[in-house]
Formats: sequence, C-alpha cells, structure tokens
Amino acid sequence: MTTSTAVSRGAEQGTPDRQNTLAGTGMLVRFMLRRDRIRIPVWMAVIVLLTLSVNGSWEETYGTAGELREIAQTLDSPAMIAMAGVNYAGVEATTYGALMGQQMFWSTLIAVGIMSILLLVRHTRAEEEANRAELVRANVVGRHAYLTAALTVVGIANLGIGLLMAVGLGAMGVPTIDWPGSWLYGAGHVVVGMAFAAVAAVTVQITEYSRGAAGMAFGVLGAAYALRAMGDVGENVLNWFSPLGWAQETRVYVEDRWWPLLFVVVAVVLAGVAYHLSTRRDVGSGLRASRAGTPVASRALVTPIGFAMRLHRGLMIGFGVAVALLGLAYGSVLGSAEQLVEDLDAYQDMLEGMAGSAIEAFGATILTIMALIASIYVVLAMQRPRGEETSGRAEPVLSTAASRTRWLGSHVAVAIGGSVVMLLAIAVAFGAAGAASVGEGELFGRLATGALAYVPALWLTIGVAVALLGWLPRAVVLTWVIPVYGIIVIYLGGLFQFPDWLNNLSPFGHVPQMPSDDFRLTPLLILTAVAAVLIALGLYGFRQRDLDVK
Amino acid sequence: MTTAIDVTGLVKTFGQTRALNGLNLHVETGEVHGFLGPNGAGKSTTIRVLLGLLRSDSGRAVVLDGDPWTDAVALHKRLAYVPGDVELWPNLTGGEAIDLLGRLRGGLNEARREELIERFALDPSKKGRTYSKGNRQKVAIISALASDVELLILDEPTAGLDPLMETVFQDFIRQAKAEGRTVLLSSHILAQVEKLCDKISIIRQGEVVQSGTLTEMRHLTRTTVEVETAEPASGLEELPGIHDLEAQNGRLRFAVDGEHLDGVVRQLTRFGIRALTSHPPTLEELMLRHYGDELQSNGSGRHAASRGKAGETT
Ligand SMILES: Nc1ncnc2c1ncn2[C@@H]1O[C@H](COP(=O)(O)OP(=O)(O)OP(=O)(O)O)[C@@H](O)[C@H]1O
Ligand SMILES: [Mg+2]
Repeated sequence: MTTSTAVSRGAEQGTPDRQNTLAGTGMLVRFMLRRDRIRIPVWMAVIVLLTLSVNGSWEETYGTAGELREIAQTLDSPAMIAMAGVNYAGVEATTYGALMGQQMFWSTLIAVGIMSILLLVRHTRAEEEANRAELVRANVVGRHAYLTAALTVVGIANLGIGLLMAVGLGAMGVPTIDWPGSWLYGAGHVVVGMAFAAVAAVTVQITEYSRGAAGMAFGVLGAAYALRAMGDVGENVLNWFSPLGWAQETRVYVEDRWWPLLFVVVAVVLAGVAYHLSTRRDVGSGLRASRAGTPVASRALVTPIGFAMRLHRGLMIGFGVAVALLGLAYGSVLGSAEQLVEDLDAYQDMLEGMAGSAIEAFGATILTIMALIASIYVVLAMQRPRGEETSGRAEPVLSTAASRTRWLGSHVAVAIGGSVVMLLAIAVAFGAAGAASVGEGELFGRLATGALAYVPALWLTIGVAVALLGWLPRAVVLTWVIPVYGIIVIYLGGLFQFPDWLNNLSPFGHVPQMPSDDFRLTPLLILTAVAAVLIALGLYGFRQRDLDVK
Repeated sequence: MTTAIDVTGLVKTFGQTRALNGLNLHVETGEVHGFLGPNGAGKSTTIRVLLGLLRSDSGRAVVLDGDPWTDAVALHKRLAYVPGDVELWPNLTGGEAIDLLGRLRGGLNEARREELIERFALDPSKKGRTYSKGNRQKVAIISALASDVELLILDEPTAGLDPLMETVFQDFIRQAKAEGRTVLLSSHILAQVEKLCDKISIIRQGEVVQSGTLTEMRHLTRTTVEVETAEPASGLEELPGIHDLEAQNGRLRFAVDGEHLDGVVRQLTRFGIRALTSHPPTLEELMLRHYGDELQSNGSGRHAASRGKAGETT
C-alpha cells in the first residue's frame, strides 16, 4: 500500500500546509478500517442489537398500562436513578420511550464510550508503542495524519452505531418510540462516543504507554458516570459536567431536546488540544521525556513478590484512587436519597420510615455496583501474568530459580491483596461519605462491612482467572465475563425480573446485600473455598504446561 | 570428563510442526559448544526444553545431572540464560533488570557486574522502553555473565551488538571458559563460533546432523586445492575423492575429500609441484553445505510450509 496513493491524495487536498500535515490520512483510514474489519462490526452489532432487542421486548413484557406503571415505580428508586438515570416522564405518565431513556440509554452510552477509547488508543499510542507507527510515518504520512485517521475511524464507528440504532428503533414502530426521538437517541451515542474519543486523543499525547493512556481515559469515563449519578440523585447541576449527562438530559422520547448535544463543542476543543499537544512531542514519547531511574535494584524488588508488586503498583494505586473517589461521590449523595425518596412518585403512598429502608436498598445496590467495578481491577490484574508470558518477559524470569508456582503465585498474591485494598478503599470512602451525608454514624460500620463482604467474590474471580491461566491460557480474557455478567444481571434483572438461578450464576449473587440484608458468613466461606480450589488447580496446571514463548 | 548436557532422542512437536525430531546433543563440562543451524531448525526449542520452559514429547534430557523439567528450580540456580530477543519491562531500569534476574538466580558478583557494565558501556539507569535492541541484549548478557554459575545457555546472545561489543563479549566468554564454566552458544555469527567454540553441533530440521570439533568436521569435508605443476598433470580424474576439477592455463583447481588428500598429493608430486595452496573449508563453507543440502532435499518445501504456519501464530 502505498506511498503513491498518499502522494496523489495529498496533492488533491488543497493548500501545501494541509498537504504536509494530513498527507496519507485517507490511506491510514482505509488501513485502520481493514485492521478492524471484525472488531468494529462486532462492537456495532452488539450495541445495536442489544438496544433493538430490549426495544422489542417492551410490549411483550409490559403489555398493559398497569404493568408499565408498576415497573416504572420499581425503577423509580434512588439506586436505579444513580445507576441508570431519571425517568423524565414520571411514573404516572411513563411510556416505553421514557423507560428506554432511563433504563437503556446510559448503558449503551457507556459502551460507545468504552469502544471509542479502546479504538482510539489502539490506533494511536499502541501503534507508537509497538514501533509500528514509526514504520508508517517514515512514508509520506503527515504529522497529523495518524490522529486524524484514528478520529475518523472512531467517528465512522460511532456514526454507524447512531444511524443503525435510529433507523432500527424508528422502524420498529413501538408506541412512543417514534422517529424524531430515535434520531436523537442515535445522535446522543455519536456525541458521547466522540467526546470520549477526544478525551482519549488527549490522554494518548500525555503518556507513552497505551495502557496508561487508556486508563486515564477510563478514569474520565468513570468520573463522567459518577458526576451524572451525583447530579441526578442530588438533583443538582453536576450531571451537566458529564457527556453522559448531556445525552441523558436530552430527555429523549419525552421532551426530545436537541440543544444539550451542543456541548459537543467541548469535544471539539479537546480534540484541538490533542492536536496541539501532539506537535509538542516526538513520535513514541510522551509529553515529558522519560527520566533516568535508579541503576541498581532495591532489595524489595528482587524477590518474586516484590517484583510482582512493582508490576502491579500503577494499576493498584490508580484503580484504588478511582474507586475511592467513586465511593466518595456515591456516598455523598446517599443522604440526598432521602430527599429524593420524598420527591419520587413511587414512594408517595408509603409510610413514614420507609425512607430509611430505601436508603439501605440504595446503599446495597451501590455497593454491588462498586464491587463489580472492583472486579474489573481483578480481571485487569490477572491479565498481567499472561501479558508477561506472551510478551516474552516471563521467559528469562522463569529461567532463574524462581519457580513457576512462586512466579504466578506472586501475581495471585498481589491480586488477592489488591482486591482487599479496592474494597477497603470503597468501604472507607463510601462508608464515611455515606454516613456523613445521611448523618448517622452507625451506618459507617454497616456500609463498610457490606463492602468487605465482597472480598470472597473477588477472590473467586481471581480463581477463575488462575484456573484459565493454568489450563486454557488463551482464554484468560474470558474472565471479563464475570464483571460483565454481574452488571447485566443486576441491571437487566431489575428490569425484566430474571429468575433467581441467573443471579446465582454470578459469584456476586451470593454475597449478602448489606446494609439491607443481614451479614451471613456461610456463603462467604463457600466462595472463599471455591476460590482456593480454583487457585490451587490453576497453579497446578501452570506447572504442567509449556510456557507460551514469543 | 563429565557431561554438562546430555540429550538423546528428543522430540518436540507444536501441533503439526515437528520442531525437534530425535535430537541428540552432548556437551562436556568446561567446553564452549557452538549450536548452529538455519532459521527454524530447532535451536531455540532445544534450549527451551533444556531450561524446562517447554516439555519434550519424548526423549531424554539431562542438564547438570538433573532433569530440566522436574528439577528446574535447582538447576536454574546453577545456570544462566540469555534469550535471542530480550524484552525488558518498560518501567524498570536496565540496572534493575540486571539485578532482578541475577538475584532471582541466586546472586550476582557485584564486582563483575560493575566491570561488565563498564566494558559493555551500558547506561544502567535508563528505563527499559528506551533501550535500543543491542542495549536490551546487553542487559541480559551482563546479568548472565555476572552470575557465578556453572553453565551459560546463550541463544544468539549478540544479535544486534556492534562489532566492538562483539569482541568484548568474546573476551568474557573466553574468561568464562578459563574459569571452567560450560557454555552452550547458539549463533548465526560463524566468525564468533569459529573463534570461541571447542565443539560444534549442526542442527537441521530438528536433528543434529553433525557434531564434533571444527578440525574433525574439516577432516570430514573437502579441502580446496590449487596447484601449479611443471608438467601437465593427468589422471587426476580417476583418483578417488576428487571433485570439481578445473584446469586453467597450467593451474589446477579441485576439491578433495579429507581422507584422500594424501593420495592426491602423492600423485601430484610426480608432475613436479611448483606452487600449491590448499585451504580447509571455512566454517561458512561447511555450513552452506548443510544449509544448501536442505534446499536441495525434499525437506525444503515441507519445512517452508511449516515455518509459514508457525509464523502466523507468533
Ligand atoms: N510455540 C511454538 N508454536 C508453534 N511452532 C513453534 C513454536 N516454537 C517454535 N516453533 C516452530 O518450531 C521450529 C523450530 O523453531 P526454533 O525457534 O527452535 O528455531 P531456531 O533454530 O531457534 O531458529 P532461529 O535461527 O530463527 O532462531 C520452527 O519451525 C518454529 O516455527
Ligand atoms: Mg531461535
């Protein structure tokens, strides 16, 4: 492929200046699309089909007005508002469209955000990190071509999703899911997707590691989610600081407001910042030149556990800070839940004193969500040993006197400790902020215990990863099923009243839902025992198999 | 003499690819053993079996009197390994990586670590990501050579090193040999092997096809002779062991099998030798013969195919 295309394309495009910096963009776009010819359609298919299938099930599941009102009432709780969003039609006047906007919108918005971040990082910083960008940029490829091409490709993916969704939803003709609303629904996805693409465009300029760049962008996504929740639960303006909030404030299918999408200018500004930053750095490096380090290793580093700790340090600290902030954010709105409960139609006819149990239910749901987020840390941590193996870095280490069991065991030990750290951070942050905002000191203990009760579920997640690593190493990515399934179950379970056994398949389904439920030790002991067996099995398998060498 | 590495009938398959096909390898304690062969011949695979990173399908491997799979940890305290393609941790400095690998092996000789860093001109305070290919290689070499181990297993250790560093490397290998250590050196740099190695094994398609000292190997192969005689020499064609005979204005040029050299020279003296040059095959010629055979044999097609398949998976 080829320089000649690049040259002729560049020549077609106007001024000499643009020709220089954007030369080769078209070629790169085609190249990136070709690389992602499976990846992008899969993302698009999953997101669009999920939306359309939920849309298709409204009439079947909630056929009568009574049923619709009933579910709207169930969903009109602080926990659901924090997790998903607001039903702008209100319980009495609820429609399928309003439920779509409350229950479905947020999840696919987050999905396009994740997709946009991953795709953008994959085509920019990850390419530089692998030294492939250098190879390509040695051809007739302008300074801004890479970033422009990557943004174009992400834009194509987002536009595709928005368009298919709008057309699909409009064409299905479900009552109140009308064409004007459907166009807005699709457009919301494009705006949110591009906003996070722009965020990632900035973070890839800052750090020289693709993992770090993606991590920072996901941090922004997490913050956006927390801000949206804080705004909605606290009934304040915080949600306007979040791209997710802009989309949800369109009040799609209820008021169909287009103007909140004008905030897309923020994304344009961010992209401009990204272009500017990219001119201030070299290919392959970050904004700051990498500093020299210590020429000798510290005593702490040169043991398998110290070494594993070092490899996991960044992830553990970064994630720990993120969940602590999330805990503070959620905790600080726990008190507002009381006020919210009084405002919500659903609770109007309830007796005084029910507010207390609403807060507890809210706290319990939030704890489950945060525990699931902590399980993402576990999954990421357990990809590390696999990454070490496939990159060839494990090979020299395993040729030393560090046994395989000690090597993998150290990664496992760090993840075990790390999962406790995550839940402790949640326990302290959410417990303290929650107890403070509600104004009940004794709530701290119950919230904190509730958070720590998830420790065995996280350990079980580690166990699954280790077992895969030992016996089916290529399948380690399947550990992702645990957090994804857990989120689907608690969220769609509320919407469609899943049978219990679906919930029981997830390790998180067995943890006592404190503070609503009482603490029960038995399920936790069982989860711990299963985790221990899986870990032992995985370590054994890893001793028996060939190392995957580069 | 004792044996450092003893391998018989080693077989290792990866799906369809038969990477090792009954390989035999014998390395005496204290010798520097060259391990040569074309790309994809199975050198790295052999080495990884010897390190217990891969498990052989059948055959026997003994390293320092232990089983590389079951006694891996005990053996790894007594050996050091340099891979051909060193990957470093992006956020660890070169010095940290040297110490890490050395300590995990059981300890480093601090004085020698300093000496090696100095001689190899490595900046140990740079982060792994910022090292060039050659410098990454140096990190692993320094860590291995700074360890007090009995056996060094080096898989193309100097790929990417500049010529100056190559000579430094050779100095240290000689020093290691003088200290009585055993070295298994896989390499494509023939000059390096020629200079350093006491013995050589040539591997092709997973089998060792020839093994011995360079002298022995030369003896087994043809010597090239150029001779000028007073009278035109005749009857050489009929002698056994003569190949590729060419005559050019009174000069003769031919190759002769090692064991027939004596008879041929006797015959030549009858015609009055005026000038005679003979040179034993260089290692390059030896190798090319083996590599070339491979291309002629039916193996080439099959081999290329299997390599192509493996290339996709990596
Ligand atoms: N993990 C693997 N999976 C599949 N095939 C493999 C694997 N490792 C090696 N092979 C195949 O085994 C054969 C031997 O490979 P090996 O790496 O041992 O060759 P080598 O002699 O070290 O070559 P080079 O000189 O290129 O380093 C090759 O055909 C290779 O493709
Ligand atoms: Mg090799």
